[in-house]
Amino acid sequence: MTQRNIIPAILLGLTSLAATSVVSARETIEVVGSSTVYPFSTVVAERYGRASGKPTPKIESTGSGGGMKLFCSGVGSNYPDITNSSRRMKASEFSLCQSNGVKDVIEVQIGFDGIVIANSVAVDPLPLSRKDIFLALAAKVPGAKDGELIDNPYITWRDVNAALPNVAIEVLGPPPTSGTRDAFSELAMEGGCKQFAWIAALSKTNESAFKEICHTVREDGRYIEAGENDNLLVQKLEANKAAVGVFGFSFLDQNADKVQGSLIESVEPTFDSIADKTYPISRPLYFYVKKAHIGVVPGIEGFLREFTSEKAWGEEGYLAEKGMIPLPADVREQTAKDTKALVVMTGDGLK
Amino acid sequence: MNNSMTNLEKIRKSLSRRNRAEGLFRWAGRVAIFLGLMAVVVLFVDIIGKGHGAFRIAYIELDIDYDPEKIGIENLSDPQQLAGADWQALPKAALNKQFPGITSRGDKRSLYGLISNGAGYDLKDRLMANPLLLGDQERVWILTDDDIDTYYKSWLAGEPYAARLSDKQVEWIAELHEHGKIRLQFNANFFTRGDSREPEQAGIRGALVGSLFTLALTLIFSFPVGVAAAIYLEEFAPKNGWTDFIEVNINNLAAVPSIIFGLLGLAIFINFFHVPRSVPIVGGLVLTLMTLPTIIISSRAAIKSVPPSIREAALGMGASKYQMVLHHVLPLAMPGMLTGAIIGMAQALGESAPLLMIGMVAFIVDIPGGFSDPATVLPVQIFLWADSPERAFIEKTSAAIMVLLSFLIVMNASAVWLRKRLERRW
Repeated sequence: MTQRNIIPAILLGLTSLAATSVVSARETIEVVGSSTVYPFSTVVAERYGRASGKPTPKIESTGSGGGMKLFCSGVGSNYPDITNSSRRMKASEFSLCQSNGVKDVIEVQIGFDGIVIANSVAVDPLPLSRKDIFLALAAKVPGAKDGELIDNPYITWRDVNAALPNVAIEVLGPPPTSGTRDAFSELAMEGGCKQFAWIAALSKTNESAFKEICHTVREDGRYIEAGENDNLLVQKLEANKAAVGVFGFSFLDQNADKVQGSLIESVEPTFDSIADKTYPISRPLYFYVKKAHIGVVPGIEGFLREFTSEKAWGEEGYLAEKGMIPLPADVREQTAKDTKALVVMTGDGLK
Repeated sequence: MNNSMTNLEKIRKSLSRRNRAEGLFRWAGRVAIFLGLMAVVVLFVDIIGKGHGAFRIAYIELDIDYDPEKIGIENLSDPQQLAGADWQALPKAALNKQFPGITSRGDKRSLYGLISNGAGYDLKDRLMANPLLLGDQERVWILTDDDIDTYYKSWLAGEPYAARLSDKQVEWIAELHEHGKIRLQFNANFFTRGDSREPEQAGIRGALVGSLFTLALTLIFSFPVGVAAAIYLEEFAPKNGWTDFIEVNINNLAAVPSIIFGLLGLAIFINFFHVPRSVPIVGGLVLTLMTLPTIIISSRAAIKSVPPSIREAALGMGASKYQMVLHHVLPLAMPGMLTGAIIGMAQALGESAPLLMIGMVAFIVDIPGGFSDPATVLPVQIFLWADSPERAFIEKTSAAIMVLLSFLIVMNASAVWLRKRLERRW
């Protein structure tokens, strides 16, 4: 090749390299999904990788909904093997999976996560009820008569409930894209909302109106979307003693010197109160596995075994140390057995 | 005469006002520079103040007895035995010897909680490197758990943070400190390991190598293409509406938010060409799309700055246009092009938004060994650590920012150096 031809040849080579697709059989397990399950899933992946000497599974934090979408896109090495979720799979997602050929899915519930409403340790903890939370944060609240809704007029916590301090309502919480927000709306807001008899009756007759009343958060600056970074939230609470924040229990656990959890229905958020379900705002955590990938992508079975072992998800396991609340012992045993036998989900009972 | 006198008076009168305006303007400039500098100083002081602690980490000195029975191993070359071995038993036994008489289950748990749960594997590596140690004893500095490390550092600083420790653990650390058996050492793990969920074992190496692979590909793809495009547009393209249209669009592309390139990369490279997610190949391709406009624009500026007399002389001596460009214009424009490329690379190094879409925002422990291994990059690693609940990750985050900043400074400084060193002025 003469010198004058070298440069164009190199250029051509490079551009064609860029265009060539690189498809190869995958050696690494791919996990996507919830940012709430991410801190637990990653620990298991790391332990599994270190103990087995196999490649450590790769874990992306895409959010529960985003993970389901990727997971249900199809079968093959271009699609993830496992998706994490901080809520149960929806019926619509299940049928999406089915229509894309993801027929056999194994569902594994791994534990619980508590959602806490915390403030700075420099002031007293708030004794809240779910009704207080709903009244303080809903966009519209029930008026004097049944069936009447008014724009949320409450400015201080005392306006909501005379037993609460005379402090302006200022709540820092997750944005609507977050799974924490979904669970907060469903468990805390809806829980309080349902205590109004006529709204609870609405849930049977007009579900979308019910959801709109219960799940819509006020937008007049009392609820501040603070992004997904819970560490930042803790810092903000430390600086602003009047504010309260909404985040996962593991962050409270790690920052006990800076923030404290509010009592909900006079129950303090602790490891034990979330585990025995006396603390009302907790949600189940799941992951879903594609059965068709087991045996194709090496190591999935080993990863499942590690995740469902007592040393990981048990009461004294390392996931509990990271702030995950374990399942009751009998449920753990049954789930571990089902997972080992690769029992697939039927899709019954999904919402 | 009278008229011009009044003019002169007018000028004299307005002089002080104009001087005042200039003085004000100067002060405004100084204040602006001062504010800018203060912002930089605050940023650096904050990051270095938070991050310097991550370069040292607490170790405990223990007498390790490499007892084959305890580990459950006889033959170090048998992979079956290696896989089944209980390495963590080694430091646990040493802790039991250090603090005898601890029997209750809870106390044992907090005793074993003093050390990192990766300590056993570290000892395994020591043993594998020197098999003669099996059955022998050795005094080793063992990595502590991140909670212990955080507590020890805060205790040394006079503001102990003990919320995550048991009372026993606080006592034990005080005792160890008294006997000089706990100390801060250089945190080599931070530079030699990949990511981990245990802050004391987490390192920046995986992200650093991922960044290098991704940037290398970006350079290989974008530099030749960008330079070729610039040469063609500047030297060969006919001056017509089409060329103008392309020019305007290249300038527009340079201003497109980077997340758009991520979406484009997802649609083209992953969904259409089926390039695997999370690998440096796809990251490099996406960042190529992003840096190409920068490189084309700076390369064109460099070519433009070569005086026409050089071209005319070459053509006058009988060189073809191709020879004129390749032998004369390109070498003279090269320093400017390289500077542009380095600045484009520095931009790509700091980018995380486009990588979000293509799966490079992921937890990856293994250090990537090639262009098709799952990898992440430095800014993404910073994002992931900043988002982790464990408190010890706060200092890791700042330390990672320091590493990223030092790379950016080196790259920008080398761009300045190249320009000073190689640039010819006419």
